[in-house]
Amino acid sequence: MNKIVSKEYLSDRVVKFEVEAPLISKSRKAGHFVIVRVGKKGERVPYTIADADVKKGTITLVIQKVGKSSQKVCELKVGDYITDMVGPLGKATHVENFGTVVCAGGGVGIAPMLPIMRAMKEAGNRVISVLAARTKGFIILEEQVREHSDEVIIMTDDGSYGNKGLITAGVEKVIQREKVDLCVTIGPAIMMKFVSELTKKHDVPTVASLNTIMVDGTGMCGACRVTVGGQTRFVCVDGPEFDAHQVDFNEMLMRLKAYDR
Amino acid sequence: MSEYLKAERAQEWREALRKSIKNKDRIAIARVKMPEVDPALRSRTYDEVNLGLTSKLAVQESHRCLDCVDPTCITGCPVEINIPKFIKNIERGEFLEAAKTLKETSALPAVCGRVCPQERQCESRCFYTLKLKKEPVAIGHLERFAADYERMSGNISVPETAPANGIRIAVVGSGPAGLAFAGDMVKLGYDVTVFEALHELGGVLRYGIPEFRLPNEIVDVEIDGLKKMGVKFETNCIVGKTISQEDLKAEGFKGIFVGSGAGLPNFMNIPGENLIGIMSCNEYLTRVNLMQAADPESDTPVYKGKKVAVVGGGNTAMDAVRTARRLGAERAMIIYRRSEEEMPARVEEIKHAKEEGIEFHTLHNPLRYEGDEQGHVQRMLLQRMELGAPDPSGRRRPVAIEGETTWLEVDEVIVSVGVSPNPLIPQSFDGMEVTSWGTIVVNSDTMQTADEMIFAGGDIVRGGATVILAMGDGRKAAKAMDRYLADMMI
Repeated sequence: MNKIVSKEYLSDRVVKFEVEAPLISKSRKAGHFVIVRVGKKGERVPYTIADADVKKGTITLVIQKVGKSSQKVCELKVGDYITDMVGPLGKATHVENFGTVVCAGGGVGIAPMLPIMRAMKEAGNRVISVLAARTKGFIILEEQVREHSDEVIIMTDDGSYGNKGLITAGVEKVIQREKVDLCVTIGPAIMMKFVSELTKKHDVPTVASLNTIMVDGTGMCGACRVTVGGQTRFVCVDGPEFDAHQVDFNEMLMRLKAYDR
Repeated sequence: MSEYLKAERAQEWREALRKSIKNKDRIAIARVKMPEVDPALRSRTYDEVNLGLTSKLAVQESHRCLDCVDPTCITGCPVEINIPKFIKNIERGEFLEAAKTLKETSALPAVCGRVCPQERQCESRCFYTLKLKKEPVAIGHLERFAADYERMSGNISVPETAPANGIRIAVVGSGPAGLAFAGDMVKLGYDVTVFEALHELGGVLRYGIPEFRLPNEIVDVEIDGLKKMGVKFETNCIVGKTISQEDLKAEGFKGIFVGSGAGLPNFMNIPGENLIGIMSCNEYLTRVNLMQAADPESDTPVYKGKKVAVVGGGNTAMDAVRTARRLGAERAMIIYRRSEEEMPARVEEIKHAKEEGIEFHTLHNPLRYEGDEQGHVQRMLLQRMELGAPDPSGRRRPVAIEGETTWLEVDEVIVSVGVSPNPLIPQSFDGMEVTSWGTIVVNSDTMQTADEMIFAGGDIVRGGATVILAMGDGRKAAKAMDRYLADMMI
């Protein structure tokens, strides 16, 4: 188990892996994640499941090199094994026919958004995807996103591709144009915070998939705790998706820096 | 007393031993002292504090045991180890036989000899305690001695197992309850598979109890013993997530034992509790014990606070505060809302903690925390308490003394105010009856749940309890499941 069967660079820093995991592949749903550990001294790190192929018994992980542990995973080659991988974890995305759904994905967050997009589409929603990245090279999986969306809006900070501007500009354009029934947002915490503030202003229900520090991922430690609606919740078991308008993003941003040196 | 125990006691060698020393002389021997590493030295290393008895000390202590006609000590042991038999084997120098005796009923003797609160179990029912008002025989120390002797001899016996019956049994969780259950079932000939969510086996023995109290190597050896008996282990597999109840049935499992524990940490829900540097004891101990965060080569980071407060008075709190000390805390403090007398931690752990320079702030309860601009905890507001009338548990209730509060400077806080049952199995399994506390309801004689094929034990049934009670549940469930399956086959 956990054998890497394919590896593809989506950008300089983003790698897409297909990993053998028949049990996880069979039981996972959109929104679920896994915990991965590489090497005997490795730490446990959460990654969202971006896709699964039940027939092949594989799951897809899209991983951005940001620190030591993600670097370690990204160095693995086809045929290598991931030391430990456990899942599917967390609660699955709540999917139903809401009407029009805006999927706002930033950077590597576009990858975990894919299965949600697909599920929303299959449930009969009109899916408008807003993808955002710093620059052109960081817009990933555009083709697949187009496959599952009725419309795709691309935003880059530097205007090198699509429209120039932040993700919020793209989302706001849609909201002002038509009725949006749900917004789903995945990306850096700061981005989700701004998307949430925007949609709150326009009364658009919004779900954010939170990416906090985790250790076990099964609810036994509380490293991932966040305040939602004034109550402490564990992202790994109560989430990772929460009503974005209830999330204390400032506290979350602060806690993400706990181990920054 | 059972016929079996009577027959064992009547064996010639036991009778000869009893006659070899007069009881009067036996009770005149002073209880042995466990040799331990000097506090100044040990509070800087992760090495085990207790060094164990030498053969000479063990034999000396074994002389104290009177080999009672009615060995009440056994009734104090949740897994009913034949205590006089193993002690008498030590007395006659048959240390390996003593180890074998332990394994007749206990899957993890080297663990239990170290972490059981013997003062509340076997040793509290010792004839010395009950009738002589003297210090009890050091049953725990002797158990540890026999198990360690066997391990070090390189001559580890594998208990005999009944012929394989081909019946598949699933165990959820590899903590003490699951391991004890697995050990008993494999002895009865069942085909046992243990499913564990984490990447390593042992449950709290691995992620919770630190090396200085229970070296991981000891846990490895005991689990290896189970593997040799034929128990299969699957790590990184969460029953209810990775595989479902239906999957287990479809794969032909005829019985399921749930020993998924009480791994959900409680917080106090007071202001500032989510500041950086405040964490649950589970997180702290998991980082250090399971992820080896103190090892510079480990990728997992951990805080190394200089002024560390641990809130709580249980064994876990003692483990956390002593760990903090070893990670370099200048002030490592226990904050507990009652007095030391009410502390649930073992007397030995409290003593060890004090020797290592841990400060005890009893009758204090945190009200809130404050941090700096980056969100790092800086200080905690403590409420002074006094003891009021006893609560339903019989312990005197802590009551706030109006207006008496004080600030304490801290840079790390570990919250160790108990755990709740892990909700995963109750949430993902059909047919479970669950209490308002989240514990699974079982028939207390058989540990069988509302779903006939599922049995449960340990903390998932009791809430946070002890290693040995979990093991006792595992044994009871094994006996009952064996009977249940036999009835089904007829």
